[in-house]
Amino acid sequence: MVSELKKQFPIFAQTPELIYLDSAATTQKPNLVVDAIANQLLYENGSPHRGAHKSSVIATKLYHEAKEAVQSFIGARDTSEIVFTKNASEALNLIAYGYGLTHVSKGQNIVVAITSHHSNLVPWQMVAKKNEAELRYLYLDEDGYFTKESLENIDQGTALVAIPVISNAYGVRHEFEKVIALAKKVGAVTVIDGAQAVGHMPVNVREWDCDFFVFSGHKIYAPQGIGVLYGKREILENVSPFLLGGDMIEYVSEQETTFAGLPERLEAGTQNVTGAHGLRTAIEFIQQIGVEQMALHERSLVEMTLAAFEKLDYIKVIGPKDSLRRGGLITFMVEGVHPHDVASLLDNKGIAIRAGHHCCQPLMTYLKAPASCRVSFGIYNTPNDVEALIEGIKYVRKVFGYEY
Amino acid sequence: MDMSIDQLYTEIIMTHNKSQHNKRLLDHPTQMERGHNPNCGDDITFFLEMDGDVIKDASYMGSGCAISQASTSIMIDLVKGKTRSEAEVLIETFFNMIRGQAQNEDEKDLLEDAVIFESLNTMPARVKCGTLSWHCLDVVLHNSSEK
Repeated sequence: MVSELKKQFPIFAQTPELIYLDSAATTQKPNLVVDAIANQLLYENGSPHRGAHKSSVIATKLYHEAKEAVQSFIGARDTSEIVFTKNASEALNLIAYGYGLTHVSKGQNIVVAITSHHSNLVPWQMVAKKNEAELRYLYLDEDGYFTKESLENIDQGTALVAIPVISNAYGVRHEFEKVIALAKKVGAVTVIDGAQAVGHMPVNVREWDCDFFVFSGHKIYAPQGIGVLYGKREILENVSPFLLGGDMIEYVSEQETTFAGLPERLEAGTQNVTGAHGLRTAIEFIQQIGVEQMALHERSLVEMTLAAFEKLDYIKVIGPKDSLRRGGLITFMVEGVHPHDVASLLDNKGIAIRAGHHCCQPLMTYLKAPASCRVSFGIYNTPNDVEALIEGIKYVRKVFGYEY
Repeated sequence: MDMSIDQLYTEIIMTHNKSQHNKRLLDHPTQMERGHNPNCGDDITFFLEMDGDVIKDASYMGSGCAISQASTSIMIDLVKGKTRSEAEVLIETFFNMIRGQAQNEDEKDLLEDAVIFESLNTMPARVKCGTLSWHCLDVVLHNSSEK
């Protein structure tokens, strides 16, 4: 199955030596998605929502079909709960500026997971500082579970809880349902970052009963420039418009404006119909393969990698060793070699990994790991890729004059 | 010289034995400057001891990739004992090399060991690692000349 799927990604035909292990950062794109985008740009292009002519009608139709595809993919109730943004970061900022600033009061607290990506952390620092609220953290025990003590940070004063489903730097799939339940008990709003979860595991926002959920298209085989904010209807009603101007209005006079309904009032200006169409096509691509299949595929590669790493005493893995508790990524360190050097030398062998702090500096400080390496799997990765990775790491150790 | 990345690393590893001697604190620093590459985790504090117009001693502390550490150490060996203006010429020559300007024989002689970093001009992802400490030196010299 995988070799057939890999053929659908032209980059691997063009650069056969490329072993791409950075899908958690951004995914490579299949023919299907790019062809759909090209077709839309050439033949189905127009101004959505604005015109009275056919071109506008077709663009509008594609845009709405994309919304429906997302709605059904993540289990939302209807398309009024789906807002398109540029990416997950913009979606999180929209929540922070449009909701956080008006719904977190002085003296309340915001609870954030220590594993949060900066995009689901820095905006909450801003809200906490502006509104004189306290910023608290959920910390990890040595098995990667949230500690009992830090879970107690969610209390009657908690206005909002922000966590990822899967940590992009630690690799664990958090016990997010438990955290959502704790938040609900105290009436706190939940902001769930699904950037590493969507397309890697089944997602159902209604079942999970989260208030806000975000993800980025470019991490699920869609182009960069399209992201999704899901908000439960009742909560979304209370989000103030973030970007103001075209399309999100009802009546505008010189001094006054009334805003449109949902989700329109949270989407200003001409929308990224191309990106939305690409996202819809990527969702169809994923559904054709099946999310469960994709999860199984990634898990087998994670297991293979963990087993290989276990044999090498100079590799230290960050996060749980149990693949069932992980997403499709592994963060690790190679003893004696700085992650940036590992990444450069692997790059020389055609192997693409990520090195650094993975946009999680507070987590890295907490783990006392200023920099680390990360490999992450997509549908085009194979067991050969894992073998090449291991050989590559041995080569890196060799260059540095260490045992390998 | 057109070095591939593993050749660059081999060169660096060979000079690595020399490089640790500059990783220390100074007894009487007159300036210090911290530089970091947040993207990759290089974090270096550079110490300088000026004696009038001459760089009497220099050192560094911190952590970072092999390229940043080696570049720092090689730079320190180069500038020790030089005057402020001689160091400024070295910095400019180094930056020119990194930017891709071809170096003539005199310039190569001037840079001594630092010429191994010439190939960084074809490695945009690693340039900041190689230039980190040179920027620190640049800032420190600039600040001290304002007194």
